Amino acid sequence: MMRHLTIFVMILSFIGSPISTSLAQTLRLDITDGQVAPIPIAIAEFTGLDGQPSQVGRQISQIISDDLASSGQFKPVDSAAFIAPPESPKLRPDFNDWTPLGVKGLLIGSAYIDDSGALQVEFVLWDVVAQRDITAGGGAAAREGLRRLSHQIADFVYEEFTGDAAYFDTQIVYVSESGPADKRVKRLAIMDQDGHNHRFLTSGFDLVLTPRFSATAHEIAYLNYFNDEPNVYLLDVATGRTERVGSFPGMTFAPRFSPDGDALIMSLAEDGMTDIYEMDLKTQTIDRLTRSPSIDTSPSYSPDGSQIVFNSDRGGSQQLYVMNRNGKNVRRISYGDGRYATPVWSPRGDIVAFTKMVRGEFYIGVMNVDGSGERLLARGFLVEGPTWAPNGRVLMYFKQEPLNEDGTGGEVALYRVDITGFNERRIITPADASDPAWSPLLR
Amino acid sequence: MFRPLLTLAAATFLLAACETASTISEEAASSADSGATSASSSSTSTASEASSSTSSSSAASAAAAEASALEQARGELMTIGDTVLFGFDSSALSADAMATLDKQAAFLNAKPALRVKIEGHADERGTREYNLALGERRASATRDYLVARGVDGSRIRIVSYGKERPAVVGSNEEAWAKNRRSVTVLN
Repeated sequence: MMRHLTIFVMILSFIGSPISTSLAQTLRLDITDGQVAPIPIAIAEFTGLDGQPSQVGRQISQIISDDLASSGQFKPVDSAAFIAPPESPKLRPDFNDWTPLGVKGLLIGSAYIDDSGALQVEFVLWDVVAQRDITAGGGAAAREGLRRLSHQIADFVYEEFTGDAAYFDTQIVYVSESGPADKRVKRLAIMDQDGHNHRFLTSGFDLVLTPRFSATAHEIAYLNYFNDEPNVYLLDVATGRTERVGSFPGMTFAPRFSPDGDALIMSLAEDGMTDIYEMDLKTQTIDRLTRSPSIDTSPSYSPDGSQIVFNSDRGGSQQLYVMNRNGKNVRRISYGDGRYATPVWSPRGDIVAFTKMVRGEFYIGVMNVDGSGERLLARGFLVEGPTWAPNGRVLMYFKQEPLNEDGTGGEVALYRVDITGFNERRIITPADASDPAWSPLLR
Repeated sequence: MFRPLLTLAAATFLLAACETASTISEEAASSADSGATSASSSSTSTASEASSSTSSSSAASAAAAEASALEQARGELMTIGDTVLFGFDSSALSADAMATLDKQAAFLNAKPALRVKIEGHADERGTREYNLALGERRASATRDYLVARGVDGSRIRIVSYGKERPAVVGSNEEAWAKNRRSVTVLN
């Protein structure tokens, strides 16, 4: 099942890319042959009380269908092909109508706005092959909850058919960019993982970088140039309140929350040296974890919180290192060609995603925690900053095109790719976008 | 664990002595502003000594003199060269860089009331967080050199912008070479 396919990068996706790289110089991207064939599934339009598709029902079905299709692991069948559209989740479907479509699953639901203005939803997920119901659910929600509720139903379907943890009911925080390259305006923005419910969190007056979610997704840690002094700040997503984290003599940056949310790890740069510090957010106690004259930055916890992977040039060039949470037992894990940066530990615990720079190209890749099994998943003039979907199956990162001297070019956008290397997709944002961070599941 | 805490505390105190610690409030923003103003007004004390008029008009003329003195100092710094360049992923000062910094040091030593910010920058061919650290390293190397040439370190504040503020727009070697820099700016 884990047959290994290697495909030349040029074939894949970089059509129209202005970089002229000879094939010999380009590293190959690694595509594993995991679940390549997407699962065919029928998502019926959710019906109203009259048994016909309702307006809200159509919206819900569309969101679920889009989520599943975006994962690359499902192929929703066009509803025009349905022999008899289902009228109610309360009725057992006639499988003779569904087997010919070749679908493995069938989702039937109802959705309508009741007299009080609340959204009433019910659904049943059927296994068409075994001809039995797999899961059912329902409930009431405020009208504004339609999208989240739809993502949650999509999560049910995803979990049942893939056996993986879900990730559709999540958000992305990122940096929205505008203006010329030398006077770039950067604002924090937040959106659902499918790009909807977009809103800005900061005004753009102060330069902001590298936002990261807390374990509850209620808070965001980020780098803020308030008063022209770069430091780590916390932002409360609901209230918009911001507060500076501690008071340090130098610049603090590269923040990340611990998996339990009780601590924040970050870099402090002072006198030409950058080291890693951990702050207990309750007691404000500070622990210094590295003490070398080098640059130690981009720390990321293992999901159990016992170890930290980070970026250091202590060996002469940028490489990845792992240490115990107390700063002991430091060992280098990256030994391939080039420079390695921005390590992020997978939520599954077994692999680390990174940015790699070699021979003038940037790559997004993954490697095992011991440094073995390196695989490159995306390439570009500049790709950087991978972030994990909470199920550890999908990576998001940003890609920047080269800048021309006349100020054109230089577009920056968010992309996501499956850890198999398949299904690279651009995320549509209102303006240029960088520094994405994926939230944990919101439920 | 105790020692780093103490070091941090001591360094914070030093910082507080030369600059208002910032919190996220309007108040902090305005107090930082006034700190900058008082620094520059003392720098033009010679100019205000020359004028001996009533307090209200002298305040206005002192402010104007102060602004023009600062403008003149900025011009001098530009003539000397406010920027030094670095090699790829390096914070080593070249002979050219040291020559420029020697002149900067002489200029600053001749005007002891001036305060400066040293900006550290990196080219776009690195990752954001590493480049922030690299920019800080370059700004620190620049500051250390000026201090070794007699400039009081408390007059210098450093800020790293990483790859966020290129001097030259463009994705080519020439642009990158000019963007790997530190810039001395009068506060």
